[in-house]
Order: sequence, then C-alpha cells, then structure tokens
Amino acid sequence: MYLHRHTAIHALPSHLKIIAAICFILVVVSTPVTQWGAFLAYFLWLFIVVKMAQIPFPTLFKRALIEIPFIFFAILMPFFGTGEKIQVGPFDLYREGLIAGSGIVVKGTLGVMTAIILSTSTTAREILRGLERLRLPVLMVQIASFMLRYVNVVNDEMERMKVARESRGFEATGVKSWKVLATAAGALFIRSYERGERVHLSMLSRGYKGVLPQEHQHKIKGSVWFIAMLYPLVAALIFITQLLIGTM
Amino acid sequence: MHIPDGFLDVQTSVIFTGLSAAGVAVALKGARSQLDEKTAPLAGLTAVFIFAVQMLNFPVAAGTSGHLIGGALAAILVGPWAATLALTIVLLMQAFLFADGGLTALGASTFNMAIVGVWAGYGTFLLIRKILPKKKTSIPVAAAIGGFISVPMAAISFTVQYAVGATATYSTTTVLGAMVGTHILIGIGEGLITGLTVSAVLASRSDLVYGWKNNTQKLEIRNA
Repeated sequence: MYLHRHTAIHALPSHLKIIAAICFILVVVSTPVTQWGAFLAYFLWLFIVVKMAQIPFPTLFKRALIEIPFIFFAILMPFFGTGEKIQVGPFDLYREGLIAGSGIVVKGTLGVMTAIILSTSTTAREILRGLERLRLPVLMVQIASFMLRYVNVVNDEMERMKVARESRGFEATGVKSWKVLATAAGALFIRSYERGERVHLSMLSRGYKGVLPQEHQHKIKGSVWFIAMLYPLVAALIFITQLLIGTM
Repeated sequence: MHIPDGFLDVQTSVIFTGLSAAGVAVALKGARSQLDEKTAPLAGLTAVFIFAVQMLNFPVAAGTSGHLIGGALAAILVGPWAATLALTIVLLMQAFLFADGGLTALGASTFNMAIVGVWAGYGTFLLIRKILPKKKTSIPVAAAIGGFISVPMAAISFTVQYAVGATATYSTTTVLGAMVGTHILIGIGEGLITGLTVSAVLASRSDLVYGWKNNTQKLEIRNA
C-alpha cells in the first residue's frame, strides 16, 4: 500500500497524520449535503494534497474502487423513496433520495481518498506506531503488529495450499466443493495457531514478559503540528466560508 | 458491511465508537485472564487467519462466490474474547491500510462485526451446544447455527445504527427487510462454512477448539 517518496507529507509524524485525516473527515461529514460548493473545494484541496504527496492519480482512483459496494446502496436511493419527484434525463427520481444518495457517495469518496493518502504516505509500521501514540491499548498494538508481521507468511501458506489442491486436480465449482475449501480453512487455522504458539515460545526464550520494548518518543515541534493540521484546517475554512456565503 | 465515512452522522459515529471501545476494553480484560501473556501472539495470529480466510473464495453458483466473515468461527475456535480482539484488529487494519470502511465509521463497523457478530454467534453456539447431546459431533452443528445467526444479527445491528443516524432516505423497515433478507442467505453460507471448518479442526486438533475444550475429559489413569 505504501509508496516510497520523499515529500513533506511522507515526513510528517504518523500520529499527526492520523489526527489530521480523522479531523478532515469529521469536517466533511458535518457539512450539509446541499453545500455543494464546499464539496468541490474539498475535492480540489484533497487533490492538491495528493499531488503534494506525489501519489499517482490512477493509483488513487483504482484504490478508491473499494467503496463500490456501498455506492450501489446510495445509487438506488433516488429510485426507491418517498416525497417530491424530479425529472433527471429519462429518470423520474426522488429529490430527497437523490440528495442523500449523492451525499453518501461524495462524503464516502472523500473519506476513502483521505485514508488512501494516509496509507500511501505512511508505512504500516508507522501507522501502528502512530496509533500507539494516540493511546491505542498496548495489547491491541501488539496484536496488530503480529498481524502485520505474519500476514504475508500466512497468505503464502494459503497460496501454497491452493497450488497443492489444484495440482491434485481440484477445481472449486460450487457448493459441493465447500467441504474441501473448509478443510483448507481449518488447516490454515491450525497452522496459524501453531505458528502463534511457536512465536510465543521463542519470545519467552528471548526474555519476553508481556511488554515489548518501547522506543523513545521525540517531542514534536509546534510548527510540525501546524503543518499536519493544515489538512483539516483548510477544510474547516472552506466550511466556514461556504456558510458565510450561504447566509449572505 | 464496511460502513463508509459520511453514511452515519457524527453523533452516531461517536456513540458507537464509545460502545465499541467499551466492548474492546472488556474483551482485553477477558482475553488476558484466558490467555495471559500468550494473548498477543495468539490473538495476532488469529487476526491473520481471519484476514486470510476472508480472501478464500467459496463459489456459490453462476460465477458468484462469497467469503467467510469469520466472527463466529473465531469465537468458537479461540474463545469470544480473543475473537473480538482479532476481528477489531482486522477491521482497524482494513480501514487504515486498505481504506476499506471509513475511519470515522470504524467504531460502528467494529460494533456490528467484532462485538455483535462475535457474541451473537458465540451465544447461539453455547445455547445449541447445551440442547444437543454432549458429543463431539454436536459441536460442528452448534457452530454452524452460531455462524448462521451471527450474520443477520450483525445486519440488525447495522439497521439500528441506520435508524439512529443514517443520512439516507430509505425507511427503516425497508432497510431492515432488505438487510435481514440478504443476510439470512449470506448467513446460511457462513453457517455451513463455519460448521465444516470447525469439524475439520476438530478432526485433527480438537484441543485447539475453544468451544469443545470446555468439555474435554480429564486424563484418567486406568489400571491394567
């Protein structure tokens, strides 16, 4: 997920990036859907940040496709609703549904893209360290770091089991092949769990007592805080400006 | 069921983040007393297993396929505490690393899948295990029913969130009907796979199945 670049955004401390991302999304979510000018400005600002982080736009859009299932939910909304109807092209749509549906798509997209900026400009390890600084319980951080460390190992194991199945002529065709696949899932569990036990024993033999060694945390300068918080601050400014224009 | 940002309003997101945080705190305590200092590696590897098994495709028909959600399965295999932790971490990583599920909706998604999904599944499993004869072969059956129930229960929990604070216009009863209807179908698949997987683990390493371990007999020494 991570793209290695040398940009100001990559260099920011990860916990500040997480705070900034969440605050930005909170501002976006709190904006009334009818303030479409504000949403245009949010997208513009987001794209500027994407550019600054040197994330290729095709990557951004490709990864944003992950929200497709929910978009269906939103797209159907103008068709099944109640209340006032309006004519859009060949379709007879419900006004309320259209507004709410487009709101979900727009806000969801801004959220997804923000998360993509975060994860392409920050290594997984750094994100975890950031969450740790934001007081995620130590045990949760440890569980997550085990997950990160072994996710490729276990995925490879699953891939090898798939190769083994297929080289014996197995082809998953329908519900009748579920027993074989479930057996594979069971085997995968046993292998994962046994690996967990081995890892635990080797940790014990290296002197593990339930806590991992902590790294020294540097103090963050005010200017760095300010730069990181620019992301939600500009969004908040857009929000306020739009409100002022709206009332004039 | 990964809720995106902007689907729930801010208050609802905050409420469910609080509820999830409380649930996870309880699970942390429970897992520590069950697994002690083994919690981190074992719950971690369970999280990896759930993450991997969600990518295993089960073909249904006509080119469609589904995958396991794994809440009930994890609860039956490693116990509900560690399962809640593992599922929470999977959701957390999916949101932060893959942008799957909104960051502000993470609390709500966690509540549905890691808390309601896991505990509804495990509770049902316990209930059915009590009813069925105390035999090893009853465990996969109870697991299947637990897996089945966990999915529509998570869907109901989603509908509650929808009713409390969704920025959408479908009526709550429509959403309830559609969500529960489709998730009963998904649940049938989840239940079957959960039961089959538990039975596969029971066959080779029954000592690893938490939901069965409680019933294992003490080693008994008999005279020749």
